[in-house]
Amino acid sequence: MTMLGDRQQLSYIASQAADARLNLELETEGMTLNIGPQHPATHGTLRIIARLDGEQVVWAEPACGYMHRGYEKLTEVRTYPQVTTLVNRIDWLGSFANEVPFILAAEKLMGVEAPTRAQYIRTILFELSRIANVSLFLGDLGVQLGAITPVFLAFRDREYVLNLIESATGGRFHPNFDRIGGLKDDLPAGWIDETRAVMKKLRGFCDQIEDLLFGNEIFQSRTRGIGVIPRDVALQYGLSGANLRASGVDWDLRRDHQLPMAWNKADWKVWTHPDGDSFARCWIRLQETRESTKIVDQLLGSIPAGPVMAKVPKIIKVPEGEAWVSTENPLGEMGYYVVSRGDLGPFRVKIRSASFNNISITPWLLRGVYVPDIVTILASLYFILGDIDR
Amino acid sequence: MTVILAEIPYWGQSLLRVLGGLVAVLLPAGTIVYVFLFKMMSFMQSRLGPMEAGPYGSMQLFAEVGKWLQKEDIVPDRADARIFKMAPIIVLVSTFLLVAVVPFGPDAWFTDFETGIFYALAVSSISVLGILIAGWSSANKYSLLGGLRAAGQLIAYELPMVLAVIGVVIQAGTMNLQKIVVAQNSGSMFGIDAVGHPYVISQFIGFIIFMIAIQAELTQAPFDMPIAESELVSGYMTEYSGFRFLIFFIGEFATAGVFAMIASVLFLGGWGVPFAWFGWTSIDDIDNWMNFAGPLIMFTKMMLLVFIIMWIRFSYPRLREDQLQRFAWKGLIPVALGNIAVTSILKVVF
Amino acid sequence: MPKVPGLVKGLGVTLGTLFNTATKGANTVQYPHEKETPPIRSRGVIALHQDNCTSCMLCSRSCPDWCIYIEAHKELAPPRREGGKPRQVNLLDRFDIDYALCMYCGICVEVCPFDALFWSPEYEYSEPNIADLLHDKTKLSEWMETVPEAPALEAGADKKKK
Repeated sequence: MTMLGDRQQLSYIASQAADARLNLELETEGMTLNIGPQHPATHGTLRIIARLDGEQVVWAEPACGYMHRGYEKLTEVRTYPQVTTLVNRIDWLGSFANEVPFILAAEKLMGVEAPTRAQYIRTILFELSRIANVSLFLGDLGVQLGAITPVFLAFRDREYVLNLIESATGGRFHPNFDRIGGLKDDLPAGWIDETRAVMKKLRGFCDQIEDLLFGNEIFQSRTRGIGVIPRDVALQYGLSGANLRASGVDWDLRRDHQLPMAWNKADWKVWTHPDGDSFARCWIRLQETRESTKIVDQLLGSIPAGPVMAKVPKIIKVPEGEAWVSTENPLGEMGYYVVSRGDLGPFRVKIRSASFNNISITPWLLRGVYVPDIVTILASLYFILGDIDR
Repeated sequence: MTVILAEIPYWGQSLLRVLGGLVAVLLPAGTIVYVFLFKMMSFMQSRLGPMEAGPYGSMQLFAEVGKWLQKEDIVPDRADARIFKMAPIIVLVSTFLLVAVVPFGPDAWFTDFETGIFYALAVSSISVLGILIAGWSSANKYSLLGGLRAAGQLIAYELPMVLAVIGVVIQAGTMNLQKIVVAQNSGSMFGIDAVGHPYVISQFIGFIIFMIAIQAELTQAPFDMPIAESELVSGYMTEYSGFRFLIFFIGEFATAGVFAMIASVLFLGGWGVPFAWFGWTSIDDIDNWMNFAGPLIMFTKMMLLVFIIMWIRFSYPRLREDQLQRFAWKGLIPVALGNIAVTSILKVVF
Repeated sequence: MPKVPGLVKGLGVTLGTLFNTATKGANTVQYPHEKETPPIRSRGVIALHQDNCTSCMLCSRSCPDWCIYIEAHKELAPPRREGGKPRQVNLLDRFDIDYALCMYCGICVEVCPFDALFWSPEYEYSEPNIADLLHDKTKLSEWMETVPEAPALEAGADKKKK
């Protein structure tokens, strides 16, 4: 394979050799298990080919591309305003967050910057879509582990967030609210108070999930020490987002990148966890949901007055050049490399989506685990199929 | 009651018994599905559950049965068709065999077995056979894994269940379920006979072990790895459709009901109320109306126990297979053995 | 205080939700009998104000999946002022939106320079036949009745120029 994690690999081989000696007489033929493309644990159409010895995985490989929609190519035949409605659909659970890096890249090329009010509202909506995304993760985690109630609680409280997004942008899942130079519209009256009430509810939801799931001894025994990703391996595989922070790397683009957004106006914390196991990854996401509600609450109180749209021409032509902007999306680092030749639409767009890189670690991570742990590990890595295949 | 029964010819009695058995299995199963699976689960998830069929969706189960009966009965190409078709029936038959020894009233029983509980524990493991061959004959890797897990799990939890029952048998001094009921209701604790002597108090550890073992026998969360819809896609049931799936489904909830009945007989005093309330001293004093009140009392106790089973099912995530085995062999069985030792010592001392 | 085991806490959460649902009612809506009102801005269906449409084709061209079909012909209309020249106007023959293709992005509503297209929060127009999702101009005009007033804006917003 690679030079990665030599220690783990050696110990794995040693344990396999010991097992082989022990089981020489009991040795049976292995079995290849195709998990997916249609399987409830893969949130869509990911396929994991696993070679099993009993219930133990000897070798595993993800096969993606079953839902490839060719967004990079599609953007080449779309104008800039049309692209945002496409990229909404990459990570469909936190769709507003997909628009932001693309718009920021286009703005960077054009040399315009959104007014401060627009930056605040963008950040608020960004965090709302993070909450919508991660709260569903917290519920789905329960389903993957066999608890049926958390997912309904998650859908219940996510609904409030989606209602907020809908009443502000008009679109529930695909807002398409970002424009080059600002936002399509201002917030409707009464939205801020409503949001405050919802943020309170969401904090209650986080407590509920913590009681129902995270504090549960069965849940802990299923996730603690399972699927451990050491710090250096996580860095080498290019993980990002909560998966990286769970391995103890203090890395958050919201804080580290200087973007025309309002994150630095709020007081919040980047959570890290030293363990790097499944529990750490889930726990980090729970804490991040709480932090997000705090960010939203703080920014709501300090939205400056003013316009939400900078002065941009009616027909947008982006000057020639190349720009790379990435943000800390709900799933991890998401970035767009936009190449413009001065046309109505981009010449080429490279999309770096977080899940694609995050699942690249699965062959390394799934070796030697049991079949039920495949599900736990995949759930804790948290990928969205649209984000892998694009 | 006995007088009435004696006048009916033998074939009539047999017919009545079969009908009674059907009612005793299907009525609790239907009630459990409606009250717990449809309504309690929905309420725990802040929704209402089915509301359209009948008032408050009470006819939903009939609609579901109608739907399943209409569906095509699919047998996979590579499946071993004959035993594939047989498997669900084996599972359901074991449930009907179980209910045969459960007493519902002083004279309302199907058979008055002297070794009733022994028989019950023996036939309850027949369902393992059905599940194992369902998993094997489906010709599906997920089903096979599910079937093997089910077999391993059910064998592992049969043992603590038997050991937990032994405590009760030692205390009651009989294996006859009817006599266990009488022993609990006519007994007294420290001379106080207001609540009789339900073994849930003196055999509390045994009761807990028995309930955990039931939870595992019924493959309910947190012990539902054989089904595990998020990893094994419903395990041994993956390939079943139509009425064969329906039989598995009925079997699952009917068995839950019957096991809860057995648990209420063993630990909660079964159909009886403490005899001291009405001044009865033995089973012969009991008025005839208990034959009609008895099943209702039994039903209430059963629902209480099923509530606990389902409550846990809807709240907990599932364990891993090896954790489950470790829990059974390293946790439950030693505790159950200790319970037997303590019970028998106390029995000799007092 | 000794720590409550997580297993017990979990049971508490589900039982609490059970009582909440029983006393305060469920969070779900029994859809065909009771309906939620969508927000004013909700993108439900596009309504067409035919008189404003000049069939300039801007919406049709800016649609990312080309689901708007416009056909028009030119006609001479009587002059506005007496003695003036007759005006040339575009009359709509066909204005169809295929809701089987529409992505509800709202670009067409936004680009329309003459305020002929509006969003309506109406959402109940599903059809058993996919071809019926192609709404023609009479049907699109009927939606105009359901178009609400634009909502008031939050404090600190710029006054709308439009």
